[in-house]
Amino acid sequence: MLIQAQSRTGRRAYTQAPLHPPPVTTIPDALRRHTRPALPEVSELQVVRHYTRLSQQNFSIDTQFYPLGSCTMKYNPRACHSLAMLPGFLGRHPLAPETHGQGLLACLFELQEILKVVTGMHAVSLAPAAGAQGEFAGVAMIRAYHRARGDHARTEILVPDAAHGTNPASAAMAGFQVRELPTGPDGDLDLGALHAAVGPQTAGIMLTNPSTLGVFERHIQTIAQTVHQAGGLLYYDGANLNAILGQVRPGDMGFDVIHINLHKTFSTPHGGGGPGAGPVGVSRRLEPYLPVPLVGCENGRYRWLTESDRPASIGRLTAFGGNIGILLRAYVYARLIGRQGLARVAEFATLNANYLRARLQEAGFEAAYPERRASHEFILSLKREARELGVTAMDFAKRLLDYGYHAPTTYFPLLVPECLLIEPTETESKEDLDGFVAAMTAIRREAQENPELVRGAPHGLPVRRLDEVHAARQLDLAWRPGDPKENSSTHG
Amino acid sequence: MPFIPHTPDDIAAMLATLGVDSIAALFDEIPPELRVGAQALDAIPEARSEMEITRLMQSRARADGEPLCFIGAGAYDHHIPSAVWQIASRGEFYSAYTPYQAEASQGTLQVLYEFQSMMTALTGLDVSNASLYDGASALAEAVLMAVRANRQTKSRRILVPRALHPAYRRVLHTLVAPQGLELVEVGFDPRGGHTPVERLEAALGEEACAAVVIAQPNFFGILESVDELTDWAHAHQALAIAVVNPVALALLTPPGDWGAKGADLACGEAQPLGMPLASGGPYAGFLCCKQEYVRQLPGRIVGRTLDLDGRPGFTLTLQAREQHIRRGKATSNICTNQGLLVTAATIHLALLGAEGLERVAASCHANTQRLGELLCAISGVEPVFERPVFHELALRLPAPTASVLNALAAEDILGGFDLDPDYPELEPALLVCATERRTEDELRHYAQRLAAHLERSPAAS
Repeated sequence: MLIQAQSRTGRRAYTQAPLHPPPVTTIPDALRRHTRPALPEVSELQVVRHYTRLSQQNFSIDTQFYPLGSCTMKYNPRACHSLAMLPGFLGRHPLAPETHGQGLLACLFELQEILKVVTGMHAVSLAPAAGAQGEFAGVAMIRAYHRARGDHARTEILVPDAAHGTNPASAAMAGFQVRELPTGPDGDLDLGALHAAVGPQTAGIMLTNPSTLGVFERHIQTIAQTVHQAGGLLYYDGANLNAILGQVRPGDMGFDVIHINLHKTFSTPHGGGGPGAGPVGVSRRLEPYLPVPLVGCENGRYRWLTESDRPASIGRLTAFGGNIGILLRAYVYARLIGRQGLARVAEFATLNANYLRARLQEAGFEAAYPERRASHEFILSLKREARELGVTAMDFAKRLLDYGYHAPTTYFPLLVPECLLIEPTETESKEDLDGFVAAMTAIRREAQENPELVRGAPHGLPVRRLDEVHAARQLDLAWRPGDPKENSSTHG
Repeated sequence: MPFIPHTPDDIAAMLATLGVDSIAALFDEIPPELRVGAQALDAIPEARSEMEITRLMQSRARADGEPLCFIGAGAYDHHIPSAVWQIASRGEFYSAYTPYQAEASQGTLQVLYEFQSMMTALTGLDVSNASLYDGASALAEAVLMAVRANRQTKSRRILVPRALHPAYRRVLHTLVAPQGLELVEVGFDPRGGHTPVERLEAALGEEACAAVVIAQPNFFGILESVDELTDWAHAHQALAIAVVNPVALALLTPPGDWGAKGADLACGEAQPLGMPLASGGPYAGFLCCKQEYVRQLPGRIVGRTLDLDGRPGFTLTLQAREQHIRRGKATSNICTNQGLLVTAATIHLALLGAEGLERVAASCHANTQRLGELLCAISGVEPVFERPVFHELALRLPAPTASVLNALAAEDILGGFDLDPDYPELEPALLVCATERRTEDELRHYAQRLAAHLERSPAAS
């Protein structure tokens, strides 16, 4: 049942607001609200019970193995949360002076330095609020760079067909046209198509490496050389940085600009869909264009560097300094695991992915790109199961929920039919991986013996499969007073 | 190994399964000349125990102090009920991701639907999305959306009041200028502090515009004549975009009721709804609109539907607007948004209810009025503007603002926002805010210290 439907006129969680405010007399009546908004009238206990119960209807890293490919659902250490929530950090106003922010700014400055080292970039800005905003900032810097050189002809950004949807969307938001490049049969970029595509209109290329196909782009040096020779720049989508941390650095691969998803690689929470944080790193030539604010250090004192310090900056992306609380969590994570721990991330993420893929192949599942090493993730294609048993990748995904596993990413990347993109992360144990293999094997047996069971999954969750077509056609996006649907609700 | 569970036996068994003798062998597709050795990370500190990092972070958090805060300017020091973050921090909310698998995410999805319902109730509009990054970026998305949605004109011109938050104007420029939108500044009335219709006329000239941005209250805390501004926008085939404070909406006309037809879009910063100040983030932006524009709305949207057995349930909907489907033609590039903050805002609003939110708003309003009385009793301090305010107040000082604020900060009083750099025409001027958390003693303490500093400081020229 919705919290709104539990409302009873006159019920209050009374103690949460000031008890006796004076009447408002100085706001003209014409500007006053005359009917109260339809917010719930409930007790504090009702609120606590309602949202606690709702939380129990979620799968999460804390409760389930969550191998959602491309999302890096690894353990979020509790210390990162509690230390970012210390009162001095939590109560600090964003416009408080730097005299009342040296502790915070020290953490942020050191985080900038850590990110520079692990990525091999020349400078870092922590400002972008999420990966997609980091992408926007990155391509906006590419635009600013070409414009500063008077090169207005570079209107096109190249994006591989396997890229995350945010790449073309970010390029379009920054005012570029997008040209898609095909992938070769071995999972690497089609170099012939790249050669044919580059030219004086090329502003740059956006690449994820390892790619969303779960393989390392082996020709990265050739790609970098080709694009640079054509006068374009290279953008690194850091979505898969977890795969290479401490092994190979975007700066060494020739990238000019990168973003990092701290909510992936640096273990900050995913929060049911954010907040993230998407710092950007750049090579020397893009440094003037970094988004503000940055944190500077002069004579042992830290301060924000803003528009007046950074006149060539692409500007400000959020009203204040970005998702500071997330940056603090990432800083704590980096300090807890240290430099050896950062390098171990990629080692064990890669070990887990290759092990899980090998076990699933032994169990008879078909891997896409079996001749390649897996990176931190890999793709299974269930096209044989779909053809022979009439049970799709989505059916497997839904049945996995009944077995207590969050589903892998389904139907992405779009290049591989009936695909599951599986990313176990380094924080899962061998037993958990073996358990997942057992579940997949059991589901295939069910698909052979009783396919309806799998096609109808999930069976043991608060709801069964939801009608998405109905949701889009009969839009119901908000509760209204007098809502008749609430009477038949079975929600807890 | 921190956060890695593998025993030596596990590693040996896993490598044996793979037929390789070391983990390093798994990286053999990376060109060897690109591989970095362990020394590449030498500049990063060694691992530390949780106890050691706790000590470090505690000392740094203490170093930032807990000063008395009279700054508002887009982030407000409100009381947050204990239940809000105790529940929002539950692992099931904290460590879940975007609810792609609806059946395994009904908790998050229902919270988002309840949030959307609460925001439509507050704004008086039909539809809300499930959040954007913050108030400023939400306004940028609203402006881009208005240009797409306005079928009456092809204009890419937007009227933006100078009395809008200066940081919002900067973010707007960063995020919309690359798409060729033109932002036209609209001046404010020097006596009232509001944005008169005549200023809109003057800014527009003979041209058309796609949308008019209307901030209520505006950056100076001043209440705008929103009905006239909205009607003017509609009379000029422009959409009206409201930028509102959700706490103020407990007292003020909701955007859906502005003018004859109501504002078309309403956006703003949800931070006042249960989000700590936290130096500026994470917060959450909200964006609501009339039903007719829903397909242009960016960001996640949750819909209520039915499952196979006809039971109600919740799912992400209208995904064809979004980047993972529409790629370069999506309404926005946004993917991850601010889900956890929305969870906090939803719990916060459920605890307060309309009546509680009204008490918070009325207390802030009264405290700011009272602070104004106390400060304006000091010689040379006076209100900059005549018109009524919500919970912020611009004051003219008899001394340079920055020096006054520095002197107060040295005594752990954050005296307000210095208006001088952004509004040199008002110099020397200060924007103060007193939320419900400020007590009468604190207001008096501030007034007493300000008076003492002004006595000592040289008069402004």
